[in-house]
Amino acid sequence: MSSLPLDWSVPRPAVVLRVRRETQDVRTLYLRPPEGVWAFQPGQFNMLYAFGVGEVPVSVSGDPGHRDVVVHTVRAVGAVTTALARVRPGQVVGLRGPFGSGWPLQEAQGRDVLVVAGGIGLAPLRPLVCGLLRHRHRYGRVAILYGARTPQDLLYRDELQRWRARFDMQVEVTVDRAGPDWRGNVGVVTRLLPRAGVDPAEVVAFVCGPEVMMRFAGRELEALGVAPSQVFVSMERNMQCAVGLCGHCQFGASFVCRDGPVFRYAEVRDRLWVREL
Amino acid sequence: MSRPPTSDGSTGSPSGYVLPAEGLGELFDALVRRGYTLVGPTVRDGAVVYDRLSSPQDLPVGLTDEQEAGRYRLRARPDRAYFGYTVGPHSWKRFLQPPERVLWRAVRDGDGFRVEAAPEEAVRYAFVGVRACELAALAVQDRVFMGGSHTDPLYRARRADAFVVAVQCGQAGATCFCSSMGTGPRCTGGYDLVLTELLGGEHRFYLEAGSPRGDEVLAELPCRPASPEDRQAADQAVSRAEAQMGRRLETQGVRELLLRNLEHPRWDQVAGRCLSCGNCTLVCPTCFCFAVEDTTDLSGQVAERRARWDSCFTGQFSYLHGGSVRATTRARYRQWLTHKLATWWDQFGSSGCVGCGRCITWCPVGIDLTEEVAAIRGSDGLRSGREASGENP
Amino acid sequence: MKTLEELLAEHPFFRGMRTDYIRLFAGCASNVRFEEGAYLFREGEAADRLFLIRQGRVALELHTPQGVAVIQTLSDGDVVGWSWMVPPYRWAFDARALGLVRAVSFDAACLRRKAEEDPALGYELLKRLVPVIVERLQATRLQLLDLYGEPKGRVLPSA
Repeated sequence: MSSLPLDWSVPRPAVVLRVRRETQDVRTLYLRPPEGVWAFQPGQFNMLYAFGVGEVPVSVSGDPGHRDVVVHTVRAVGAVTTALARVRPGQVVGLRGPFGSGWPLQEAQGRDVLVVAGGIGLAPLRPLVCGLLRHRHRYGRVAILYGARTPQDLLYRDELQRWRARFDMQVEVTVDRAGPDWRGNVGVVTRLLPRAGVDPAEVVAFVCGPEVMMRFAGRELEALGVAPSQVFVSMERNMQCAVGLCGHCQFGASFVCRDGPVFRYAEVRDRLWVREL
Repeated sequence: MSRPPTSDGSTGSPSGYVLPAEGLGELFDALVRRGYTLVGPTVRDGAVVYDRLSSPQDLPVGLTDEQEAGRYRLRARPDRAYFGYTVGPHSWKRFLQPPERVLWRAVRDGDGFRVEAAPEEAVRYAFVGVRACELAALAVQDRVFMGGSHTDPLYRARRADAFVVAVQCGQAGATCFCSSMGTGPRCTGGYDLVLTELLGGEHRFYLEAGSPRGDEVLAELPCRPASPEDRQAADQAVSRAEAQMGRRLETQGVRELLLRNLEHPRWDQVAGRCLSCGNCTLVCPTCFCFAVEDTTDLSGQVAERRARWDSCFTGQFSYLHGGSVRATTRARYRQWLTHKLATWWDQFGSSGCVGCGRCITWCPVGIDLTEEVAAIRGSDGLRSGREASGENP
Repeated sequence: MKTLEELLAEHPFFRGMRTDYIRLFAGCASNVRFEEGAYLFREGEAADRLFLIRQGRVALELHTPQGVAVIQTLSDGDVVGWSWMVPPYRWAFDARALGLVRAVSFDAACLRRKAEEDPALGYELLKRLVPVIVERLQATRLQLLDLYGEPKGRVLPSA
């Protein structure tokens, strides 16, 4: 029996270095790259494998400048993500990637940057923010708008505090529901758009969240005068092979795993309005 | 016996040969001698399926098929034809992309795991009896599995090794429409050898080689050079099939037609009949989607990753935490048809449909894509839920 | 020190409005400020004001047996309060200042009277209020979806 060469479907073992509790059902895993160092584009994803349980696509959430650690923020919603959220330092998960397209941060050079995140959608945007803060001088005004379910569901709290403390960017957080102790905004994230303090003609917007939220954000941005070609969204579909072969992630003609997950809003806008595409 | 080799079968004018019907076994023997595992049409459960062949007697000798939407029957022929039928429920994809296979095994190793080599065997297949539409389907799947940045190594290995014996269709079925799709009925390339079965007069095969490998095999067969009459008879056989073509699909602008009619009421209409069973995707020679499944043994020490044919007609197919993106049959049928005839062009530069008619024949309720496309074309621009009803609100 | 008319003309709600109309509306307006924790209005009370927030954040709250729920917050540039347009003119929520709030307050009876006297002016006011209401309603609908909540069973299966 002749064996075929191992291929893209094979995960490599990655040791869990640290686990950080973000919220009740969200954990951030810090993994040692299987090859010691690695590189990725903000917006790309890896396939994470829990031994015997299965594999899921998870966007990379680390700072692209840190090449000695792979960071993933995982929300326990299914069997595999629950298994991943339960790992302890020293245990091993399987990893393959990175896959897919990244946020084209270079398009924002010399322009204003607007980051719009909803829920776990902040996770794929964190590397983008880290990347732009590393070269803050390359960009104009920067605003981050982040919507979460409740104050208890906010991710990366320490970092949000640090970002807010900076004088060179605006960070606005809003939640869907809160008690009277919450002194911040309550309402959907799209309500923050008119107050973002960026120039609609000059801004490049990066949007990630539930599809409905991205649809509304896209529409609102257009209403404010932002060209659809200057807006980027990150799509989500069932992904199994991650390399455009298994067919599950088709969104019209696109394979989200290979042609996305980051798309120019102008490219996908019409498809976003077609139900069950 | 030699001629200039043609790699794609389209260059030059290959010289033809004639093999007496009794000589077909010699072709089988020549392929076996070269280490090929022969697979091709044979009868099982009342249908022509593709399976291992050991001699020409395993072929559906003296049988033909009757096909209609949702209907398939084998019938006896008045002659002893070896290839006197069209295509059945199987296609060659089952050998290149097996319905289920193990991609790798992994064993627990301390806190981690160790992945072992893919246990899949690289078989050298000789495909006997590949029709023109199926050559086109192979080319379509080649682009899917070998044309992109990532390839399927098993497919690639088996495909590179496969010896293709094509057979010209001497008749067409009622659900055939390869001529509409520009894929047949004439085989024009992509084979190592191509046979035309000639039944009038002496039972014989007209043969041409399409590759150096084909030349080598041909050289070992008890052939004689074809006469102009042989050549003409072979040509007429394919012309007869062309004339019998049972279905037609207007392909002019079909991509744009479907993409601008995503909300056409016809999708609701077909969803009322479609059982979402996925038969069409299983019998389709180009449908390639597969599910990736992870399992462990009972001890939890050994894990496996498997790939299994999947269908866009299942709820799981588009599952995204919380539910299916395509929850309705309407959306699933629309996905399948628009993928085949429209978005396939964007993805792979060709149609995903080769006109073999299998999805029509094997649909339990007889849904016919040629009819669906024609219906949409006939009422281009109609939108579901927008029909006026009543006079004033 | 800016005049009320100048303040109104700068506020997004009045942007681009005819100056004679702004002057008429300014006749119903006064500058107000609320310290942190102060209520702009409370549920059930007579709805006799329209507020334009110039600066600060206001929480719309509802008291429930389980405590206070913040429904939505409004801030700079937002309009607060339209119960004065709809009989029986009672506030449906509490509006509490989450910090120092500077606003322009309009006497609702004055607004209603001027709108009745000059329907064109009334229509101009409505043309500016209705989009605010629609925007607020759509945002509330999105909030209702609980988009970031547990995915399972959140959305009804399509028919």
